[in-house]
Amino acid sequence: MAAPKIIVVGGGLAGLAAVIKIAEAGGNVDLFSIVPVKRSHSVCAQGGINAAKNLKGEGDTTWKHFDDTIYGGDFLANQTPVKAMCEAAPGIIDLLDRMGVPFNRTPEGLLDFRRFGGTLYHRTAFAGATTGQQLLYALDEQVRRYEAEGRVRKFEGWEFLSAVLDTEGVARGICAMDLRTMELTTFPADAIIIATGGIGAIFGKSTNSVVCTGSAQSALYQQGAWYANGEFIQVHPTSIPGEDKLRLMSESARGEGGRVWVPRTPGDKRDARSIPETERWYFLEEWYPKYGNLVPRDVATRAIHKVVYEHGLGIDGQPMVYLDLTHIDRATLNRKLEGILEIYEKFVGDDPRDVPMKIFPGMHYTMGGLWVDFNQMTNIPGVFAAGEAEYQYHGANRLGANSLVSCIFGGFVSGPNAMAYAKSLKAAQGDGGHAQELARQRELNQQLLSSKGKENPFRIWRELGETMTKNVTVIRHNKNIAETEAKIVELMERYRNIDLSDRSQWANTSFAFTRQLWNMLQISRVVAQGARLRDESRGAHYKPDFPERNDEKFLKTTKASFDAAANEPRFSFEDVDIQHIPPRPRRYDAAS
Amino acid sequence: MAEKVIQIEIKRQSGPDAPATWEKFEIPWKPGMNVISVMREIAANPVNANGQDTTPIVYDSNCLEEICGSCAMVINGKARMACSALVDKLEQPIRVQPLTKFPVVRDLSVDRSVLFENLKAVKAWVPVDGTYDLGSGPRVFPQQQEAAYPLSNCISCCCCMEVCPQFNDATGFVGAATIAQVKLFNSHPTGKVLKEERLRALAGDGGVQECGFAQNCVQVCPKQLPLTEAISDVTRDVTLQVAKDFLRA
Repeated sequence: MAAPKIIVVGGGLAGLAAVIKIAEAGGNVDLFSIVPVKRSHSVCAQGGINAAKNLKGEGDTTWKHFDDTIYGGDFLANQTPVKAMCEAAPGIIDLLDRMGVPFNRTPEGLLDFRRFGGTLYHRTAFAGATTGQQLLYALDEQVRRYEAEGRVRKFEGWEFLSAVLDTEGVARGICAMDLRTMELTTFPADAIIIATGGIGAIFGKSTNSVVCTGSAQSALYQQGAWYANGEFIQVHPTSIPGEDKLRLMSESARGEGGRVWVPRTPGDKRDARSIPETERWYFLEEWYPKYGNLVPRDVATRAIHKVVYEHGLGIDGQPMVYLDLTHIDRATLNRKLEGILEIYEKFVGDDPRDVPMKIFPGMHYTMGGLWVDFNQMTNIPGVFAAGEAEYQYHGANRLGANSLVSCIFGGFVSGPNAMAYAKSLKAAQGDGGHAQELARQRELNQQLLSSKGKENPFRIWRELGETMTKNVTVIRHNKNIAETEAKIVELMERYRNIDLSDRSQWANTSFAFTRQLWNMLQISRVVAQGARLRDESRGAHYKPDFPERNDEKFLKTTKASFDAAANEPRFSFEDVDIQHIPPRPRRYDAAS
Repeated sequence: MAEKVIQIEIKRQSGPDAPATWEKFEIPWKPGMNVISVMREIAANPVNANGQDTTPIVYDSNCLEEICGSCAMVINGKARMACSALVDKLEQPIRVQPLTKFPVVRDLSVDRSVLFENLKAVKAWVPVDGTYDLGSGPRVFPQQQEAAYPLSNCISCCCCMEVCPQFNDATGFVGAATIAQVKLFNSHPTGKVLKEERLRALAGDGGVQECGFAQNCVQVCPKQLPLTEAISDVTRDVTLQVAKDFLRA
């Protein structure tokens, strides 16, 4: 029998991890990515990667990592896969170490670990403040090795448009667009793995990269894949507001001792450094004495919102608070945080070693994603998903430095499972649906190219981002969410009246963007409507009108499926696996 | 009061073989803009300074945090990343053109795949036995980590190759970025098992001998890699390797 052919879509950590496992097991892989894989969004992860290696004599265990993750995610994550991830994490760190990731070291030459949010242990391995970059490069190098051996074919500069499904709804390949020639092609495969990351672009400005549009996940959702827990969006407490995007200021800044504060006097005009200690309010340390500045992200984000909007204490009346590292010596800062301090210096112009940084919460991470089973397969046979594109490891809130481990673990699970699936796959009837899918996608392209309306796609996108950010992020009211839902429907109407200012068929990036935009609108509806239906507060999802967690009604996974005839989502709810740790109240302010 | 505007001129080319032309734009100024946000404004309102309808600019970008290496271009004569090129720090009219040493795809987008091919040729990886659990990696002392880490920060933007007088078709020079990666992997406790192969790959035409010591690379590198130091270290190792191979033969 010929070796199975697997298509992996997305070349970030999850995709590359899957590729490596498949190539190692003797499979053949076609790897598709919009950007050269070394430029994928995983490169932006800064602070580190969690694993309970217990190298600091604290008695850390994989069970405690598991418990922190479940508790941090407010009990919404299915527990069995999370437990498996935490157990695999120490081995993953060792592997990355063997691959040459330049992790920071102790004087004895062992891995160094730092603290991160939502835990009391030093559990986060790190490579300066560019851990994601270093990890991505390590996997990229291993994949390049397999590429040189002919086991992997890379299709960089190609965009996934849809799965090719046969008459029984089984995946038989993908349809993709060459972003230079703009030609559409279908590629056969026995299984496909979607590792296309988060959906930050639906919020306009976020900490995500340009390619993080959620377009692939949305396309699959429109083809029948379930989308789970869409309403769970992480707003990172410390980002640097910018005109083009929100740049992340890593949690590692607080992990290394950074303190969040505001002046006690509203509108205090003094230079931050001249404000005496007694006139500063370290509100996180006061409200959460045990975790201090390292409470989970959803908790810190809401606290900053409260201080700015309810207490009116934003710096100089602006929506910003200080994140202060100036009490730490320069040499330590340079050794452990240089990468992120440079970002601040470069994009804001101040040196955070001398001046407290000004930060504010910004959309950061997609906890929800394609629904998958414990083998990482979606409800479409043969379509697997891994990394931020799926929903399974973080529940209602992700802990810092758990994303990198979930990406690699998800890739490592999905690769071998896709292989096993492919080996038992029966041959397709006819052409497996290739001709039909190609025709459908050509027709969609043709419709766009012949559209002669007045609407600019980039302006529609801006309006989408504004309404999503305003009503579907930190504080959620049903009335406002309903407003956003109506707005999305309006934008979908206007989309039908689009004007492509560029109709050429060579490297037409605005055409590719316009195709993504429709998928963004569809997935935005899933996020907004899911948020409206969940009348409780859990993790990152907070409704002042329903301030408590309601396990009786909502200890459930939200599942959205696409009703093609009505062109809108339908929702159902699925029980959560809580067989290992019984749910308990999540209180970071009290001794627990 | 007249609105403050940004004057920007962009070199455009509709395809690899099409003629290049400069197009001018006047874009409303906002605080904190970079060159990327100017191009996004153009996309949202594709009209040039003469009031004519035009097409959005084609360019490569992704992270916008100067870590993915996508958006390298020549801005006011200097090879740099567009995301960290803040409008308020640039002289106007801002002149933007694609990197000149790489084939243009369209407008500001260029094909830099040569670097990835070079990395393949020098085996820029650590040849691990497999991904199954084989225990912890080799001990690495902080001093070694601190030497390796800066080299591992290369974002493959290719600015060092753009500014190198020797990087051209005549020499076939691999450029500083690749040589720095050779130093990185040759210094790794496991990676150095391939040291001889990497050095031999840099021994002939297009290898380290092509470097003309202009030192432009180290000045332009947005991540401040110690590129000239890497080139001299690797050159020394290549020379030794060639001598060793000669004696062995």
